[in-house]
Amino acid sequence: MLTGHRTWIFDKKPVIISTGTVVGPFEGKGNLARDFDLIHGEIWLNQDSFEKAHQVMLEEACQKAMEKANLQKDQIQFFLGGDLINQITPTSFATRTLGSPYLGLFGACSTSMEGLALSAFLVNYNGAKYILTGASSHNAAVEKQFRYPTEYGGQKPPTAQWTVTGTGVALVSPMGKGPQVTSATIGRIVDMGLTDPFNMGGAMAPAAVDTIEAHLKERNVDPSYYDLIVTGDLGHIGREVSLDLFKKHGTPIKEENYQDCGLLIYREGQPVLAGASGAGCSASVVYGHILNRMKKGELNRVLVVATGALLSPLSFQQKESIPCIAHAVSIENGGEEQV
Amino acid sequence: MSNKKKKKLTPVQQEYQAFQDQRETKRPVFKNCMKAFLTGGIICLIGQAIQTFYIYFFDFTDQTAGNPTVATLIFISMLFTGFGVYDRIAQFGGAGSAVPVTGFGNAVISAAIEHRTEGFVLGVGGNMFKLAGSVILFGVFSAFVIATIKTILITWGGL
Repeated sequence: MLTGHRTWIFDKKPVIISTGTVVGPFEGKGNLARDFDLIHGEIWLNQDSFEKAHQVMLEEACQKAMEKANLQKDQIQFFLGGDLINQITPTSFATRTLGSPYLGLFGACSTSMEGLALSAFLVNYNGAKYILTGASSHNAAVEKQFRYPTEYGGQKPPTAQWTVTGTGVALVSPMGKGPQVTSATIGRIVDMGLTDPFNMGGAMAPAAVDTIEAHLKERNVDPSYYDLIVTGDLGHIGREVSLDLFKKHGTPIKEENYQDCGLLIYREGQPVLAGASGAGCSASVVYGHILNRMKKGELNRVLVVATGALLSPLSFQQKESIPCIAHAVSIENGGEEQV
Repeated sequence: MSNKKKKKLTPVQQEYQAFQDQRETKRPVFKNCMKAFLTGGIICLIGQAIQTFYIYFFDFTDQTAGNPTVATLIFISMLFTGFGVYDRIAQFGGAGSAVPVTGFGNAVISAAIEHRTEGFVLGVGGNMFKLAGSVILFGVFSAFVIATIKTILITWGGL
């Protein structure tokens, strides 16, 4: 049901019945290693290219999610997902293996929540019984795509972020046990004219603020309704900027209830500069760490705001600014039977 | 140029950019310069040692020792790039590791490694100079311009 201009309230409360998360070695050394289903020891995953490794990661994550829910490939009705590589080939190729009907998405690093919002919408209106949705990124494949060769010695500024090697997928169904998707707010493009591809956090912060404020207003709830508001990959700078923007706008968001996936995933001391980024960042942290905490009952109501910078290497070389987007999805525990 | 760019921005964008600018972590320019000075200096010191080595132990002169020295440095740079060390040195050293010939070698070699998966002709061949290509182009062109100026000065200026 549409509430306000861009918020959907899901009255049937679609359930995330299982998730699958796969990450690379660098993430395995981070803070959240225990929350991931599979940690690879090396970034090649025994494949002969990073793009293939990227694809394999997604296949494995889907496999894990299906295993946990005791489902077979042919029971999955749709797959909604995407990644950051040209023409989202890793996702398309992985779905070739999966064999289910497929809708490819591109929302840069916001793909995870774009997929979850759409999946919940489909499930809510009886569009499907089982939908897999997810997003992934592979550090080396994405660096190759967007920046310089991986081994090229270029000094990155302190605002740069580290692309996560990771995948997160969720299985959404109208019934079952697990955290429920209760509402979603679709973001609009916010472009503040920033052009520095090494400062995504600063560029994306206004988009996150715009979506969060719209969500709270249209759902008519106070920020304290949520135990946690978690952004996708704003990093240190984006988080700080967005907090100051909230303060300026008078939105009472508490610093301790406002976290960022890009700051959660890595340990202090890992050389990631301003934090993590990438489509797999919010996907793996939310579907791994955050949902685990919800299942344990540490968190009951979470608003996930995945942020994306919709630039391409071409657009920034042509001196275009960076348009950004953020999609918010609220995930809540469904009362007593959950605990 | 930056003024021209600023003019196109809306007041809201300008306000946010100023707001964002205050919170952005700045590059530690002085620290980076010192690190670059040290890193570049060390690379050059190694180069000097290699050159002296060639002059002392082989039949090279001051003028001719340059070529084998550069070749050796590029070879070392290739090894460091292949083993995944050069990019870490560069994150520390910045321009200090980018400006010497080893940085040029790294730019070529890292691109060659990266695009190996697309095959030898279209991958390695087509992409090897994607970073270093502009260095070659503008390097040769600036040399041409300077040489022309020098020739003119010598021929007509009587220097």
